Amino acid sequence: MNVQQLTELINARNMTPEADANTEVTCGYTCDLLSWVMAHGAAGMAWVTVQTHMNVIAVASLMEMAAVIIPEGIVMEEPSLEKARDEGIAVLQSDLTAYEICAILAKAGLPGKNREE
Amino acid sequence: MAILLEKSFPVEAGAYSTAGEASTTIKRTLKQLGISTEVLRHVSVACYEVELNLVIHSLGGTLTLLVDPEKVTLISKDVGPGIPDIEKAMTEGFSTANEEARTLGFGAGMGLPNMKRNATEFDIQSEVGVGTTITMSFALA
Repeated sequence: MNVQQLTELINARNMTPEADANTEVTCGYTCDLLSWVMAHGAAGMAWVTVQTHMNVIAVASLMEMAAVIIPEGIVMEEPSLEKARDEGIAVLQSDLTAYEICAILAKAGLPGKNREE
Repeated sequence: MAILLEKSFPVEAGAYSTAGEASTTIKRTLKQLGISTEVLRHVSVACYEVELNLVIHSLGGTLTLLVDPEKVTLISKDVGPGIPDIEKAMTEGFSTANEEARTLGFGAGMGLPNMKRNATEFDIQSEVGVGTTITMSFALA
């Protein structure tokens, strides 16, 4: 699954069309504790979080994630989006809840993160 | 060992909005040097954790990157306040992060253990009233 397919699957708005929509998504994850994500994130991950500040993009970028998904119609602030565009991280905004997004991704066959990593 | 590269980055206490800038620059620099993705990932995670610790806990400090043919070394040196109980600070889940840091999603008590997990070698020295120095190296081979 790539970022474009992921966007369509959850009917999200791609806030960073500058990021490569062909980037491969390898796994899904949801967590709002950034410290936790730093310890458990993975490359290629699609990460669902309600956090919208700049550090979210820093974490996603350092971990080489494919996309950050913001649920429940929450709007990410412009400085964070700008940083995401600079870093080439896709930010997808969805009206669905984190639970619904994860359920759709799992049903589509996207695995959770590899625990061996 | 011949040093191929040495760069220092000042990190300001409490500067949450710019936290991660030094780590991003360091990652970019190492990428340009052709460091493998695997090593890059370990350095990036540990680097961001230590940079955040400077922002959240220290009175300000410096992050230094050293590269030699065998390893990448990161040295974080701050000017205080120092850690009274290092063993406790190294315990997963223990955190003294303030409310502001916690609101942003930090302060899970994962920082130091996560650095240790990602580095090949990890050393922490601290003296209350003086400061903390963390030295991490990452083998290139």
